[in-house]
Formats: sequence, C-alpha cells, structure tokens
Amino acid sequence: MTATTNAQPIVQAKNLNKSFGRVIGLNDCQFELYPGEVLAVVGDNGAGKSTLIKCLSGAHAPDSGEMYVDGEQVQFKSTNDSRAKGVETVYQTLAVAPVLDISENLYLGREIRKKGILGKIFRSLDKKKMRKEATQSLNDLGVLTVQSITQSVETLSGGQRQAVAVARAGAFGSKVVILDEPTAALGVNESARVLKLIKDLRDRGMSIILISHNMPQVFEVADRIHIQRLGHRAAVVTPQTHAMNEVVAIMTGAMTVPEDQQQLTPVR
Amino acid sequence: MSQTTPTTAADEFADKATGMQKVQSALHRYPWISPLFVLALLLIIFGVLGYVMGVGDLDNFFKPGTISLMLQQTVIVGTLAIAQTIVILTAGIDLSIGAIMVFAQMFMANLAVYTTASNVTFMAGQNPVLAVFLGLIVATLCGGLNGFLIVRFNLPPFIVTLGTLSIFTALTLILFKARTIQGKEMPDFMLLMSTKFEIGPLTLTLGLVVMLVLYVIFAYLLRGTAWGTHVYAVGDDPVAAELSGINVKRVLFSVYVVAGIVIGIAAWITIGRTAAASPNVAPEINLETITAVVIGGTSLFGGRGRLVGSILGTFIIVVLDFGLSLAGLDQAYRVLAIGVLVIAAVAVDQWIRKVKA
Repeated sequence: MTATTNAQPIVQAKNLNKSFGRVIGLNDCQFELYPGEVLAVVGDNGAGKSTLIKCLSGAHAPDSGEMYVDGEQVQFKSTNDSRAKGVETVYQTLAVAPVLDISENLYLGREIRKKGILGKIFRSLDKKKMRKEATQSLNDLGVLTVQSITQSVETLSGGQRQAVAVARAGAFGSKVVILDEPTAALGVNESARVLKLIKDLRDRGMSIILISHNMPQVFEVADRIHIQRLGHRAAVVTPQTHAMNEVVAIMTGAMTVPEDQQQLTPVR
Repeated sequence: MSQTTPTTAADEFADKATGMQKVQSALHRYPWISPLFVLALLLIIFGVLGYVMGVGDLDNFFKPGTISLMLQQTVIVGTLAIAQTIVILTAGIDLSIGAIMVFAQMFMANLAVYTTASNVTFMAGQNPVLAVFLGLIVATLCGGLNGFLIVRFNLPPFIVTLGTLSIFTALTLILFKARTIQGKEMPDFMLLMSTKFEIGPLTLTLGLVVMLVLYVIFAYLLRGTAWGTHVYAVGDDPVAAELSGINVKRVLFSVYVVAGIVIGIAAWITIGRTAAASPNVAPEINLETITAVVIGGTSLFGGRGRLVGSILGTFIIVVLDFGLSLAGLDQAYRVLAIGVLVIAAVAVDQWIRKVKA
C-alpha cells in the first residue's frame, strides 16, 4: 500500500519463539517498531502479547530468534539490559513503590550519589539533585501538579501514579517506551490524560509500543496496529485503512489480510 | 503537538483533606509520632501518679538513678531492635534473633575462658579481642544462613528463622552445654560494654553509647543511601522493585547478613550488661524486639516505618516495666499493657495504610 521506505526499525524481532512447558507463548513471531511512532499491539488473551513484550523488555529471554535495537543485535538477560539500550517499560501493575516519594521512584535503581568522599565512601545520595531533576522531567512532560516531589506515591491517584510511571520511562534519555495496558486501572478522564501523555512522548520523538485491549483508545493514538494471534503476528494495519470490527475479526481469525494490504512500514 | 494549556495531566485528581485525614497523612508521613505520643503519655501518667498522687515508689521515677537504670536497661532490646527493624522493613521477620545472640555470646565467652563443661575446650583460652571478633563473624554467618535459605530456596522468613531459632538454640546447648560463664571469670575486655561513665547526674554505659551510634549509622544507611531506599522498595513491593531494576535477592540477603552483624554486637553488649554469658539470658527477647519495632510504628507488612520508632518502642517497654513495678504492680500488668499496645499499633498501621491524597 505504501511504498517501501528505507527507515530502519528502532526495535525489531525476527522469528521469536518462547514456550512455557507445553504452552506456546510465541511461535515464529515478527515485530518491527519504527522511530517516532506509536505502535499498538492488540490480540486476544493468550495470543502472546505479554510474552512478546516481556521478551522485548528483557523480563523473559526468548527460546530462539533474534532481537535488534537500532539495528544492533541484542540479548536481554534482565530489564536492566533493555533499559541500558534505551528501552523502558511501564507495567500494567504500576511498577512503582508506593511508600517511596515521587523523586525516589523516578530514580529507583539508578540513584545519583553525591560527588566526592560523601558519595564514594559513604555512598550518600544526592537527594537535592534527584528532586530537582525529577521536578524538571515531570515539568517537561507537563505532569507536575502534585503538591510536592517528596510526596509518597501512594497518596497519588491512579492517574497521577501512572503519570509518574510514564514520566519515569520517558525521563532517562530512553528511545523506546513500552506501555503495558497503561489505562486498564484508570477511569475515563484519567485515561484521556494518559493518552495525551503518550502523544506528547511521541511528539518528543520517542517510539512507543502500546499494549491495550481498549480498541477506541488504540484507534485514537496508534499510528499502526500490530495484531497478535496464536503466538505470531497476524497483520499490521492502520486505523485509517481498517475499522475496529475488522481488527477484531483479524484477532479472532475470522479475517486475514494479504501482506500487500498491510502496513509493514512506517506511516510517519 | 505540544502542551497547549497550563493545566497538566495530573492536576485534576487532587482531593481536599479533612481534619482526620490530616492526622492520618501526618502519621503516614511521620510514623514515629504515635510511639512518641505514647511515650510522652506514659511519662506524664507515671509522673502524675508518683508526684501528685503518691502511688507506690513512683516518686522515685524521675530520679537520676532510675533514669540511668532505665537507659542502661534498653541496650539489649534496643540494639537487637535495629536488626529486627531492617528485617521487618523488607516484610520479613527474624525469630532467630535471640538464638543467634545467645549463640554468639556463648561462643565469645567459651573462646575467652577455659571451662571444663564446654565441648569446645580445645579452642578455649583465646585472646578476648579475638574471641569477640570471631563471635561477630559467627553471628554474621548465622544471619547469612537465614538470608541464604530465604533467597536461594524462596522460603518464607517466618519458617526459615523459626527453624534456625531451634537450630542455633540446640547448637548452643550441644557445643557449650548449659553452663553460664560468670563475668568475674572473663577477661576485662569481654565486659568492656558495661564500662560506666557519668554525664551530669546520669550514669551511662559504653554499651548504651554503642547502641545509639548504631542507631545513627543505620538511620543514615536507611534514609541516605541507595541501599536503604532499596530495602524500603523491596519490602513495599518486591515485584515493582525487581521491575525497577533492583536485585531483590541481593538486597534481601544483605539485610540478613547486616542483621547478623548487629546481633553479634548486641551479644557483646549483653555480656557486659548481664555480666555473664548464659544460655537463658533473654528467653522473651525475640518477641520483645518485634514488640519494640511494631509499637515503634514499623509495619509488619514491610516498606513502612522509621528506625527512630524502634528506639522509642524500646523506651516504651522499659518505661512500662519500671513504672509498673515502682507502682507496686505485678509484671503481669506490664505484659498486659504491652499486649494492648501491640494490637493498637497494628490497628493504627492498618488505618494509616488507607491514606488518601
């Protein structure tokens, strides 16, 4: 449909396989994410969405297959490995520590220590710097309306917490943000805010993978839609060329799309 | 597309706090307020009873001698409460604290003194400095064993430390028999922690100073270093901590090892405080440390609490102890009062957990 471009995928997976005992999670799965796009990943329960995302974020290691970030082959052994390559993940379960404050959460696992003897020998944290920079990142994303950066996360609403989690993912020079059902636990207004945040991130040049069950939301923000079925990619379409009911039909196997009618290259 | 309005993504969720919610969020932010309140209340009650109503011997309550004794009395529970606090902050519990402490102090004493009753006489008669040092190592290894079993086999801390409680208690009896070694048999260095000195009208011990220094060190470690942040994060939500890139197992293991070191120091302090090394030194010590930590506002569910609460909790136990006995009441009333306090503390914790914005 669109002419092939020479754009290089920022995240690419080839022939990924992953099984859990006799349960097959991924079966020769292909995946491409291009720079600066929002790619939605949809699929029925058990289609392998979560498994695919866990492989890409380093939470699972695939049994076989290849993964590339920026054209460089990678093997993620932990979520730290993917993070080091600029791939950040926001989990459905809100992977924030509720008792810690916003700044501590943003820097959890990559704390900044003071310079000199205090930091080197006494391992002293530079809380001032972390708070200042956390405020800056939240401001950049337009989510700083909380009373205080030292407020514990559990005193925030679901939407604010998700904003902190998304800000955390977008704050550290990351290139790719994976969002796993970011609105699943949120109300309508809060969801709208998070969707706006996703668009803002994309406009700042980030590439985003959005896993969602919510078709209207997918159609609102996605540039392309990767449809996962039975452990592999059934099709990639766009909200412009296919309607919601067609996407659902592809998800359930009621419809197939020939490759020349798919959107395998970036639209932006 | 860029940010077009000054209103931002999170601001429309803010709530207005009511009076009760303010108390709740203050306690939430400063969990040591409630033990401080209880301690102040107790001091006022005992003061009024003693000096206004003249109950029992309570008019001795604020005499320097009584206060000195109370402070000295805090060292064993107070020091062990540090170890218990960091373990409980990770949502664990250490039931073997008392057993490790007894094992370590018997180990130290039996190394430093020739005793015919022990099964380790072949190692006896060591330099007391070496004996204390090796005792610290042994306590650290005991803590490490707890940590190893918990991390390596994914066993619940309750079960592991229940098991090692029996194991270390039995090892103490097997290796050192049940013989109490008196302070006068030991070299002076073993009793160093009981060294007394005076500050104003108060008589304090070196053990008390060491305990307070440990509190300062651990307060710094918990609040000022990444390790401390990780301890809180792991206790709060281990899955979230793992996903944030924290090595949860390493943090957990380190906590039990560090607890072991503190327990070893407590063993040395105990030898000084009790002027003996006895297998029966503190039969209730496990529950007392847990009580001190819980009364101090640290949550048994992990991730919530401050170290300063544990020393306040220890003071509460000791003040109740002295106050009630000076009032001429039976020990049973102290046990009763502590039972009520523990339940109240956990109830307050549950309430604090439901805090809203």
